[in-house]
Amino acid sequence: MKHPLSVTEAIALIPDGSTIMIGGFMGVGSPLSLIKELVRQGKKSLCVIANDTAQEGAAIGLLIDAHSVNKVIVSHIGTNPETQRQMIAKELEVELSPQGTLAERVRAGGYGLGGILTPTGVNTLAAEGTQLVEVDGESFLLERPLKADFALIKAQQSDYYGNLKYRLTAQNFNPLMAMAAEHVIVEVEEMLPVGCIAPDDVHTPGVLVDMIVKSEAKA
Amino acid sequence: MKDKEIIARRIAQEIAPGSLVNLGIGLPTMVAQYVDKNDHVFFQSENGVIGIGGFPEGMENPSLTDAGGSFIGVLPGAAAFDSAFSFGLIRGGHLDMTILGGLQVDEQGHLANWIIPGKMVPGMGGAMDLVAGAKRVIVAMTHTAKGNAKLVKSLAFPMTADRRVDLIVTEKAVIQPTEEGLLLKELGPGCTLDEVLSLTDATLIIPDDLPHMDI
Repeated sequence: MKHPLSVTEAIALIPDGSTIMIGGFMGVGSPLSLIKELVRQGKKSLCVIANDTAQEGAAIGLLIDAHSVNKVIVSHIGTNPETQRQMIAKELEVELSPQGTLAERVRAGGYGLGGILTPTGVNTLAAEGTQLVEVDGESFLLERPLKADFALIKAQQSDYYGNLKYRLTAQNFNPLMAMAAEHVIVEVEEMLPVGCIAPDDVHTPGVLVDMIVKSEAKA
Repeated sequence: MKDKEIIARRIAQEIAPGSLVNLGIGLPTMVAQYVDKNDHVFFQSENGVIGIGGFPEGMENPSLTDAGGSFIGVLPGAAAFDSAFSFGLIRGGHLDMTILGGLQVDEQGHLANWIIPGKMVPGMGGAMDLVAGAKRVIVAMTHTAKGNAKLVKSLAFPMTADRRVDLIVTEKAVIQPTEEGLLLKELGPGCTLDEVLSLTDATLIIPDDLPHMDI
């Protein structure tokens, strides 16, 4: 059984300089309570792997505003002018990865693969730093897997084993990241007794989840 | 009729009943409203859903948005999934069509739509996967931007994918990129050939039969 920790206890375990994956797509499906606590505890020099940096003052954007992050690996920063400003001022390193490639890199990290071959980005700027691989006459980019020290993810429901169920488009990167990090902290809307999530409805098995916190954020 | 409505209405005619279609942010989103509901077209959003339909006025669900972050509704029969699956649909040959905005298209039919170096660096998001992976890529864009032609001889901005797009629809013209170059297929409502040529930097192939859009 895993009894929920307080948000403060869970975040206190994360050292400065950690690489953290954060679920969510423009804030939808992001663990907002955990993100706010990272800022409150003044974490520094984080490397964040996420789809995007949301907006100024919102979700992952809060970490950018607080200068908690040295590097982001994301697919999109267009909705956050502050991320772009820090990138241009060289306060923040931004590695852009096509969204489907980013998802597969995280998946590869979690599934024990040495990389993935994707047709996306061949002969474009996204090919810089990757290796071109020919398979049966077709060109692919070899993209490397991503792993993290911590994954901060968000689920709709958890039982006390940590079995997780996500909701609609709040799922996005969360189940992939739950596989790809050394320590997985999940923020949940609702705690249920073991057995209340049917086996077929479990998106992420509880064995992958290390810590559970109850969301303090309004949905 | 406004320019964007012309573009959206014309592109809606390209969508086959029952197909799976991804709409980009902005102008492409407008296409959905001109598709017949009885055609049972499935609209995907790459953040993880098939079956977008209708706006949930007063019923917004914070866990249900499109790739632009806007609240959406879904129809009975919708399905939700994670990002790896979503891009598996896109790259794996399951997506019949993507409709995307564009900054420029060149004479080879290459699209640039994700970066203006030094000025605007939003990131490619899902655009590179969509252009590389969709069975059919349609570019929805106004014919010019601030008076500058968007159909150009060669791209001023980095391209999105090394793939020839299948169709370009502007308020002035329908253009099909081919092996030989950009083939002008139709003129926009009330447009003349001279007008299109004067607003286009790229060389166009002009057919003998050049109808106006039937919208």
